[in-house]
Amino acid sequence: MKRFWAWGALIIGLLYFILPLIGMTNFSLKMRRGVYSFDAYAKVLADTRFQETFTYSVTLALLTILVGVFLVVPTAYWVRLKLPFLRPYVEFVTLLPLVIPAIVVVFGYIRLYNTSSWLPLTGTALGTDVLLVAGYTMLALPYMYRAVDTGLRTIDVTTLTEAAQSLGAGWFTIITRIILPNVLVAVLSGAFLTFAIVIGEFTMAALLNRPAFGPYMQVLGANRAYEPAALAVIAFAITWGCLGLIQLVSRFQKSAQRPV
Amino acid sequence: MTSPNPPTGPFPARRMRLPFHWLGILPFAVFVLLFLIMPTMKIVIGAFQRPDGSFTFQNIGNLFTPSILAAYGISIRISMASAFFGCLIGFGTAAAVVLGGLPRAIRGPLMTFSGVASNFAGVPLAFAFLATLGPVGFITVFLQTELGINLRMLGFNLLSFWGLTLTYLFFQIPLMILIITPALDGLKKEWREAASILGATNAQYWRMVALPILTPAILGTFALLFANAFGAVATAIALTGSSLSIVPILLFAQIRGDVLGDPHLGYALAFGMIAVTGVANTVYIWLRARSERWMR
Repeated sequence: MKRFWAWGALIIGLLYFILPLIGMTNFSLKMRRGVYSFDAYAKVLADTRFQETFTYSVTLALLTILVGVFLVVPTAYWVRLKLPFLRPYVEFVTLLPLVIPAIVVVFGYIRLYNTSSWLPLTGTALGTDVLLVAGYTMLALPYMYRAVDTGLRTIDVTTLTEAAQSLGAGWFTIITRIILPNVLVAVLSGAFLTFAIVIGEFTMAALLNRPAFGPYMQVLGANRAYEPAALAVIAFAITWGCLGLIQLVSRFQKSAQRPV
Repeated sequence: MTSPNPPTGPFPARRMRLPFHWLGILPFAVFVLLFLIMPTMKIVIGAFQRPDGSFTFQNIGNLFTPSILAAYGISIRISMASAFFGCLIGFGTAAAVVLGGLPRAIRGPLMTFSGVASNFAGVPLAFAFLATLGPVGFITVFLQTELGINLRMLGFNLLSFWGLTLTYLFFQIPLMILIITPALDGLKKEWREAASILGATNAQYWRMVALPILTPAILGTFALLFANAFGAVATAIALTGSSLSIVPILLFAQIRGDVLGDPHLGYALAFGMIAVTGVANTVYIWLRARSERWMR
């Protein structure tokens, strides 16, 4: 009886999640009247706006990952090694982007860094890109920091540092050649999640007026019928791919740590 | 510090190195200050300023107009509804898998799928639901042609309170599953055994042992889901355009083109959002600390 209810609950839950996915896939294939075809995908992929915005968002995602790694890894390492009493505070700060809605943060950017301010970042395209990367780094900060901090927990930071120092390594060498390789799986997990978040992000890019993939999707959605469904399928595949890669690298680590 | 540096302590050399320690987190501190704290403070302070910069509560007072209150009202109700059903259904699913005797093999895929679905928010999610339950969506058309049921005639509209709630549930339920599964794992077998030895029925065990232990975790996740839905902008805009006046959409329009005709009222609107999500997250953090007492 219990099992019956459990299966029932699971099947209803699955239906709710599978139907929209079927719906969007089905719709994306129906552009040509009467038959299933990949016309919507062909049309989307051939659109130069799609290519431009997608490339732009991929570039920004990679930059965000780079900035995030260079910001988070040394900080998390340093806090663990030298300033352990600061850990709760740093952790709290890294969780703040979950509390403050992105739309509020970007509102602050627009007011704080406008053309008449002390740091007129929104005045130029490059400056706005810098601002957008900074904003995305903040969005990804909770996930990136937690991933790296968890990774650092599994290694003996103090001993590794002292061993490296006694062999004459400087801080740069320690971080890039000792710490980073040891938390690589954690960093990769954070990086893939960052990619999944940034690639379709809408609010910040739209309000900062940058030609990113998220706003492009929204505009297309307001004007077309079948192409948005194709974009949704593509976006879902990207999210799925990123999360799948996280599973893959963490499994890889588990098998690597298993004693032979 | 006014007191002279006393020559106490056996490590004078360490004293000299102290500032160097702090340099290590300087890049992080500066970055967070520039791109998170200061922009937020700008909004918060702006909410309490007149255009000339002097202090006032007037902007906050101006929020209490029917149209803005209505926007907050509908936002809060959508967030409440999606958090409530997200908790209920997510809990049911997680309990079915962890305690309901389903095969262990389901668990891994379910958690992976939850990870994906909880991150599948924003514009594409809106497209998926439009293609499914929109005017010419998959289910709408199916019900119409095969069963003769016209959803629109029945009063269902995707661009409405329930439509938005239904869409939000797509990322709310998986988030609940991800957070509550570890809590359900934390229910010790011994507790159930002890209860049944003392003569408790299954219902009594749930009512008097399991649920009281899980309550902080469930309520905490409820607060988190609430904040999650309250701050969701992209899904709402892609789904409804600007036809539904909820706070994030109103703020979006205000930032784009000052639709309220008063920049400082815009600050106040944003401040209201921080206040709501701030309270919800404080509740979450507080309750999570309470629920973790049992999880050791």
